[in-house]
Amino acid sequence: MKTPSPRRSSDDRLFRLGTGFFALIVVLLVAGIGLELFRNSRLSIAKFGLNFWRTKTWDPVAGNFGALPFLWGTLYSAFLALLISTPIALGIAIFLSELSPKPLRTPLAFLTELLAAIPSIVYGLWGIFVLVPAVRALENVLPQWLRKTPLFSGPPVGVGMLAAALVLAVMVIPFTSSVAREVLRAVPATQREAAYALGATRWEAIQAALRYGRTGIFGAVILGLGRAIGETMAVTMVIGNNPQVSLSLFAPQYTMAAVIANEFTEAADDLYLNALIEIGLVLFVVTLIINVISRLLIWSVNRQVKVKAAAAEPVQRAREAA
Amino acid sequence: MTQAGRRRALSKAVVFLCGAAVVVALVPLALIFFYVIKQGFSSLNLDFFTKMPKPVGETGGGMANAIVGTLILIGVASAVAVPIGLIGGTYLSEYGSKPFASLVRFTADVLNGIPSIVVGIFAYGLLVMPVKRFSAVAGGAALGFMMIPIITRTTEELLNLVPSTLREGSLALGATRARAAFSVMVPAALPGIMTGILVSLARISGETAPLLFTAFNNRFFSMRLDQPISSLTVQVYTYAISPYDDWHRQAWAGALVLVAVIFVFSLLARVVTKRLERMHAR
Repeated sequence: MKTPSPRRSSDDRLFRLGTGFFALIVVLLVAGIGLELFRNSRLSIAKFGLNFWRTKTWDPVAGNFGALPFLWGTLYSAFLALLISTPIALGIAIFLSELSPKPLRTPLAFLTELLAAIPSIVYGLWGIFVLVPAVRALENVLPQWLRKTPLFSGPPVGVGMLAAALVLAVMVIPFTSSVAREVLRAVPATQREAAYALGATRWEAIQAALRYGRTGIFGAVILGLGRAIGETMAVTMVIGNNPQVSLSLFAPQYTMAAVIANEFTEAADDLYLNALIEIGLVLFVVTLIINVISRLLIWSVNRQVKVKAAAAEPVQRAREAA
Repeated sequence: MTQAGRRRALSKAVVFLCGAAVVVALVPLALIFFYVIKQGFSSLNLDFFTKMPKPVGETGGGMANAIVGTLILIGVASAVAVPIGLIGGTYLSEYGSKPFASLVRFTADVLNGIPSIVVGIFAYGLLVMPVKRFSAVAGGAALGFMMIPIITRTTEELLNLVPSTLREGSLALGATRARAAFSVMVPAALPGIMTGILVSLARISGETAPLLFTAFNNRFFSMRLDQPISSLTVQVYTYAISPYDDWHRQAWAGALVLVAVIFVFSLLARVVTKRLERMHAR
């Protein structure tokens, strides 16, 4: 028995370090994004500090920047989108993993995940020409007494918070539902069998499974939150792009991602550009935190049955769909 | 009603609602496909592929420059992402149990969830700011950064599908690990790796936000990497928010082309994956 020659073991080390370097690039990329965004937003951070996020004036001409309306628009639209998408996405996940007849399972899973394949710009185009007119029609038939409430105040223009929330909800559904489905699949069958053995109905057995996988399901929901917060094009095209803090679903509003998309190339001076990049920096930090938490939750559900977030696993998804 | 009856009724109701949720999600899917196909087909013609955009006010013209631009951007993105993703993924598959590999895996998943517009700002700071000019390279790089985590993870996963007896066999014949990986494992997983690349292309070819201020747009035909370049997605966006009917018509045509391309990429990926699975199942 010969020990490996020194040349061979040094070759192997070279291979490990060489390939490891390319793997390291993934990590460097995330760190680099954070550093670069911070570096390029220093002017705005130094000048406005926390007031940047507390004030409402957005006046590029006077060099006065407050990003509160964008922060509000992003949080409000994401919240509304989740309110709509979560029950639907969980319903889909439950139906596909627990209830659906076998032959229907694969095609239905494929179709619902097709929603994730449609580009944002196509959602936006459809939003402008189909959804917005429909929302406007809905706004027009709404009874007057409802129109007086803060939730539905304002002229019925079609573009606005409601249209944005609806588009976002549809875009988020496939992400939440496919991860939730993975989580439910990782729940051991014994959980349901035990419930049935105690005389549980179907829904009660599903509840047992949901309770078992609740951390992962929560992870799936906030993964959707991350998507909703970062979504740009479709929202930009239907939300109306008007910086205001309003509860009204009919009011045209603005989001962080949308203001970057609209104004970045117009930013004539450094402070303006820095202000926009600071919005990008916060978008990055917030989505980073959300993604880290959601991945940890999803991974923690079951380490043996490796639950993989569908968003990161296109092949896995393709394979399931096949 | 008895309590058992009530419980059974509740259970039935929930089952019904879950089924309804699937239908509710499929309605917008059907509507989007219906409109894209209906509006797109009626607007699509040969000019769309062969002609340049006409000036404002003139009808007709096409998106030839945007189609070529998108192809160039995809090419640059692949040149950035494929080597990194392929080699990085090989590392994950070979040394997957190391803590560093877990960190990379985790970071790749997280990177996947970073908004594309943020990646665009990063590429802007890296490649546009220093030279003070929008360029195809910056746009392609932004798309490439988004492809990296996808290719890394799919490469790893597909290499793991290849039976490890292949690696052991080649090591036993005296091959170094590099040899075993690149001459045996990677070729064995190649169809699958191509699939991973296709899937990531399907993801990025529909991206608009990261291109707005990296590749920008170009009214003219350009193939130069150091100049602003047009793309299908940005062109669709510009036309969609314009007030002109003829531009709206072309935006729908562009959307149809985009959806068709993405659909073909995904379908191709599925076919290859299925064949690969069957091969390894044997």
